[in-house]
Amino acid sequence: MAKQLHPTPNLDELEKGPWPSFVTGLKRLAKDKDYMVDVLGHLEHSYKTRKGYWKGGTVGVIGYGGGVIPRFTEIKNDKGEAVFKDAAEFHTLRIMPPPGMHYDTATLRKFCDIWDKHGSGLIALHGQSGDIMLQGCTTENVQPAFDAINEMGFDMGGAGPAVRTSMSCVGAARCEQSCFDEAKAHKMVINTFLDDIHRPALPYKFKFKFSGCGNDCMNAIHRADMAVIGTWRDNMRTDNEMGKKWFAKHGMNELVNDVVSRCPTKALQIKDVKDVRKDGHISSVALNDAQCLEIDNKDCVRCMHCVNVMTGALAPGKDKGASILVGGKSHLKIGSLMGTMVVPFMKLDKDEDYEQLVELAQTIIDFFAENALEHERTGEMIERIGLVNFLEGIGLDIDANMVNSPRMNPYVNTGGWDEEVAKIKAKKAAA
Amino acid sequence: MAQAQRRAVECGVPEATPFMHPSLVKNKGNWKYHDRPRPGVLHHVAHSGDEVWSVRAGTQRQMDTYTIRTLCDIADKFGEGFVRFTIRSNIEYIVADQKKVDALIAELEKNGFPVGGTGNSMSMVAHTQGWLHCDIPGTDASGVVKSMMDELYHEFKNEEMPNRLHLSTSCCEINCGGQADIAVIIQHTKPPKINHDLVANVCERPAVVARCPVAAIRPALVNGKPSLEVDEKKCICCGACYPPCPPMQINDPEHSKLAIWVGGKNANARGKPQIMKMVASGLPNNAPRWPEVNKVVGDIIKAYKADARPWERLSDWIDRIGWPRFFEKTGLTFTKYLIDDWRGSRANLNASSHVRF
Repeated sequence: MAKQLHPTPNLDELEKGPWPSFVTGLKRLAKDKDYMVDVLGHLEHSYKTRKGYWKGGTVGVIGYGGGVIPRFTEIKNDKGEAVFKDAAEFHTLRIMPPPGMHYDTATLRKFCDIWDKHGSGLIALHGQSGDIMLQGCTTENVQPAFDAINEMGFDMGGAGPAVRTSMSCVGAARCEQSCFDEAKAHKMVINTFLDDIHRPALPYKFKFKFSGCGNDCMNAIHRADMAVIGTWRDNMRTDNEMGKKWFAKHGMNELVNDVVSRCPTKALQIKDVKDVRKDGHISSVALNDAQCLEIDNKDCVRCMHCVNVMTGALAPGKDKGASILVGGKSHLKIGSLMGTMVVPFMKLDKDEDYEQLVELAQTIIDFFAENALEHERTGEMIERIGLVNFLEGIGLDIDANMVNSPRMNPYVNTGGWDEEVAKIKAKKAAA
Repeated sequence: MAQAQRRAVECGVPEATPFMHPSLVKNKGNWKYHDRPRPGVLHHVAHSGDEVWSVRAGTQRQMDTYTIRTLCDIADKFGEGFVRFTIRSNIEYIVADQKKVDALIAELEKNGFPVGGTGNSMSMVAHTQGWLHCDIPGTDASGVVKSMMDELYHEFKNEEMPNRLHLSTSCCEINCGGQADIAVIIQHTKPPKINHDLVANVCERPAVVARCPVAAIRPALVNGKPSLEVDEKKCICCGACYPPCPPMQINDPEHSKLAIWVGGKNANARGKPQIMKMVASGLPNNAPRWPEVNKVVGDIIKAYKADARPWERLSDWIDRIGWPRFFEKTGLTFTKYLIDDWRGSRANLNASSHVRF
């Protein structure tokens, strides 16, 4: 039995309503732990005064420079003592989950046992960077808690100016739209940078995210400094039986309004079976015995819309890999940035393909470490130095897929034009 | 004598296979299609003919160990012992036996975990830490989200939206909640209040000066102490100076307001990914249930649900109907603060004669 609860009239309001209540969970923990009694009091104080009262500091585990988010209370009395003394320290441990966030129940129960013993009993699944967040630990207990978690085969995630914990979608494990082994890429890339995760020494944070197709369920293009987005080069696969089944159920109006007219590049046409083009880049799926949907794969940008609507009837091709975009980030300081295409296609099939991905990641991190200013994200660095300088720095060839359009102003010295053309042509001829 | 200190085993990201349902391991990379037999249930079919059903339920994300053990008990008794989490903190139970689905749903609902969040429903709000744990929060996260999800419970459990609807909340302008169809983000309206006694000892002043997006901060001697001062006419109240310099307090119980943003989209489906746009601000930070915020979010959702066509995300819908009608249909007011004047902003102005009448 723990000490008596502080009155929490504000938080009590959040026990009402049908959605699962975190307050009810905190109160449950507070039955046994003075720690959580005071965490509730601390949070209620924030609700009452509408301000936050945690400050950072320095807490870590032996051998690592990051991964613990230290929190010390700032609610003090006149003598400088913590008002909620049992919650004076409320640190978080960031732990990297398995790719795809899969768990067997034994593993989750082990986390619970460890956190009941060493921490507050509060776990967030998962934080915005993808960490298992074990929330609420005293300075003293951080090391034994981490030791026990580390014994389970789990490791600390990133914090501060470091490579951060990554996320990959469920992908190949359970999704027909997956275009590479997201879990493999995730694990191989991130485990290459453990030193940069555990010992923050970069100009600023660097995030990798892995999404198996253009639906980008991991929000990688916007949220990652390097986004790996699954795609394919060959024709879309089609299944006539499933096409007919889809059409029988949904009909011509839905086909026209929801599929054909929503294709962003007008790559879809409805055709009589006899009129379907025979070119190698054309695929088609039957709607009935007389009509089919024709796809011009040269026009298709792999946006995934029609595949989403007609799953099974349409599917990604077989020559799969990923597009790589660099430089996504959120508001501060120069405004939200989407990533920029830097590799339109990288085949991801054999081990050596994945090693090539790791190599590119290493090159980009090295360039970032050497060239970014303090507290400058990769996207901001690219904006400052220009995409061409960035590409030259990391040794990637330019490609017209990297732009929405060519330049719209004349303010450039094109004196080296002939040389550039000759260089590009020679490279093409040699390939 | 203290025990020898244990050195970390730098094992990194664990291999996922041991944590995956055996059917997922067996059919990895070989799935053919999926459908949704009902809201909250995904049915995946592999080329091998194997099938799995995933039952998705909402959680409070910030979970106590009792809750997690309850979720595990349900997986052991009614599922097959394997779960996974989505990016929006939903839990998914994976079973290879269809007969288990109904009992699993009933047990989840009985224990207060709503089943839903699939397809064209409104999924759980992506959110941050807020007052519970963050060191710079302007508001809470879990509480805002709890109050929102209570209001929008029906939309989580049913697939009645034109397309999927993703929400996020963020407790400061850093926007850790990320891009979303509808996002709620703190918007400060007063420059930081500086405690000049502390600046010299706590803040690395040149770093703070460099952090300001509009160069409004400069070093100054205040009351004989080295400190920083803010040109309040220039200041955009973004709060970027506060994390590196806590004595520059930006959070204010009254003047830290909430803004609503719409039309963010991460998917490449149809149009390219979209950065969201601010459509309302000045909403009070009204804990514990933020009724004013919920009213605006609810109004936007109502208008979108009533007017968007199938498969239109919120941004697709606005692309079709145009901004004037968006403001008309949602009852929001288009003000001068919504006309972009940040770098590159002229690209956001209408350089055409396109007007919808």
